[in-house]
Amino acid sequence: MILLAISLSLILEKVVLISVILGASLGIAMYSTWAERKVAAIMQDRRGPNRAGPFGLFQPLADGVKLFMKEEIIPTVSSKFLFVLGPSIAMLMACMTSAVIPWAPDLVKADGSIFSFQVADINIGVLFIFGVVSLGVYGVMIGGWASNNKFSLLSGLRAASQAISYELAMGISLIALVMLTGSLSMREIVEQQHGFWADGWFTWNFFKQPLAFIIFIVCSFAELNRAPFDLAECESELIGGYHTEYSSMKLGFYLFSEYINMFITSIILSSLFFGGYNYPGMDTVAAHVSPLLFSIIGILVLLAKAVGFILFFMFIRWTIPRFRYDQLMNLGWKSLIPLALVNMLITGAVILYFFNDK
Amino acid sequence: MTYNISNKAKLVDRKPMTFMEKLYLPAIAKGLKITLGHMFLKKPTINYPEVQRPFSSTFRGLHVLNRDEEGREKCTACGLCALSCPAEAITMESAERLPSEIGLYKEEKYAANYEINMLRCIFCGLCEEACPKDAIYLTQTFAPANYNRKGFIYKKDDLLIPITSEMESNKLKNQSNQKATANTH
Repeated sequence: MILLAISLSLILEKVVLISVILGASLGIAMYSTWAERKVAAIMQDRRGPNRAGPFGLFQPLADGVKLFMKEEIIPTVSSKFLFVLGPSIAMLMACMTSAVIPWAPDLVKADGSIFSFQVADINIGVLFIFGVVSLGVYGVMIGGWASNNKFSLLSGLRAASQAISYELAMGISLIALVMLTGSLSMREIVEQQHGFWADGWFTWNFFKQPLAFIIFIVCSFAELNRAPFDLAECESELIGGYHTEYSSMKLGFYLFSEYINMFITSIILSSLFFGGYNYPGMDTVAAHVSPLLFSIIGILVLLAKAVGFILFFMFIRWTIPRFRYDQLMNLGWKSLIPLALVNMLITGAVILYFFNDK
Repeated sequence: MTYNISNKAKLVDRKPMTFMEKLYLPAIAKGLKITLGHMFLKKPTINYPEVQRPFSSTFRGLHVLNRDEEGREKCTACGLCALSCPAEAITMESAERLPSEIGLYKEEKYAANYEINMLRCIFCGLCEEACPKDAIYLTQTFAPANYNRKGFIYKKDDLLIPITSEMESNKLKNQSNQKATANTH
């Protein structure tokens, strides 16, 4: 009796998929640093990096080489194991989130088997993302603690309390969404948003839950530790916060994990609220092109949406000044959580009284 | 009692935030509009090494020592430029021209050494005005950076303009003319 039948080809497929996804998210994170500097420059009427290669396109490579060449300093008073563990956790957790994301519609191969563009279709995908994202805060916390520097410690404290406060509102806003879809699986949530228009209303969740989307995106700014909620690493108050004592590639890991997180968050935002790989008129496209091309178009659509969100994140960062800490907490606890609760209540009531088929 | 002499003083508004302000979103949208507007503005930056802004027509830059149309140095080491220099940047040593050096120097006296200290020079252009022989001119370039002070003391070799092919041909023509006149006498 075979309890668990795993074919070698499946393992091979998954390994290839994982490496491609990891490579792609690293590459996109790399070029996010370039895009960030370019966007900042354009908004401030500057030109931005344009020395390394055409349009400064080799700038991320130059930055990477610079970080690798820098001297690696571990403070003598720090606890070395935790000091190294901090950036490792940050990087690991940033890379892990991509496991449950459906990148494209399933591909039916010539022999009838199905190739899934998703590393793992677990039925608690949303929960998994939440778990991993909140683990990511440990990277910041441990790094801040292990540095043995008061600014870093303060920054770790800030990051932790910020994450706790905003995860609540984020989770509650998602409960409304989950009530609507009736599933925690990412694949199913995306499949339900098939196409663009069905039964007299948009299929994308954004048009069904706009308030949940606004709460979710505000909270994801806080989760990402990005402006206007980058209190954990504000240069002016905490001289860099949790990565004050870090140098070389350990610093690079922290900075890089932030950009990977931003990419993954953009993907999650577009999957949950903007239809993932779905786009208007995809059924007619599916009828006319080969399945492989259809899948590739799906990936490109998802990436285009994600790039839009990344640009939006950057757009916000270079527009809005940093919140004060009490403002941040006020916004989280006194505005976003009640709003999310009300949204959940209304959604529940509407589903109960208007869409209750039983 | 508050004094408001200039009429510019403005009281700080400490009213509690209204509901719209507490929402933050209208203010954020306003901010985004401003930054979006800046995306399409023309950038004032000039891509310096590739693109260079033209100097004004009266720009006074690095000095050159002139030659005449036959490639002979014009400077006679009269010292008027050094005398006129308010920053005392110019020094020179004069020498008498030997018969064999007629093709090199225009007048019977010439500058054996000629130095301008570019760190002292204020690029006022008084040397150019003082020169009776049109020998020194200020050009439209500036002194490039250097790693040591000595590099800023420009010698005659650094200052003299190169001999052009036109000067060479003029010189040859003149020599042949002189030979021709010598033959007729």
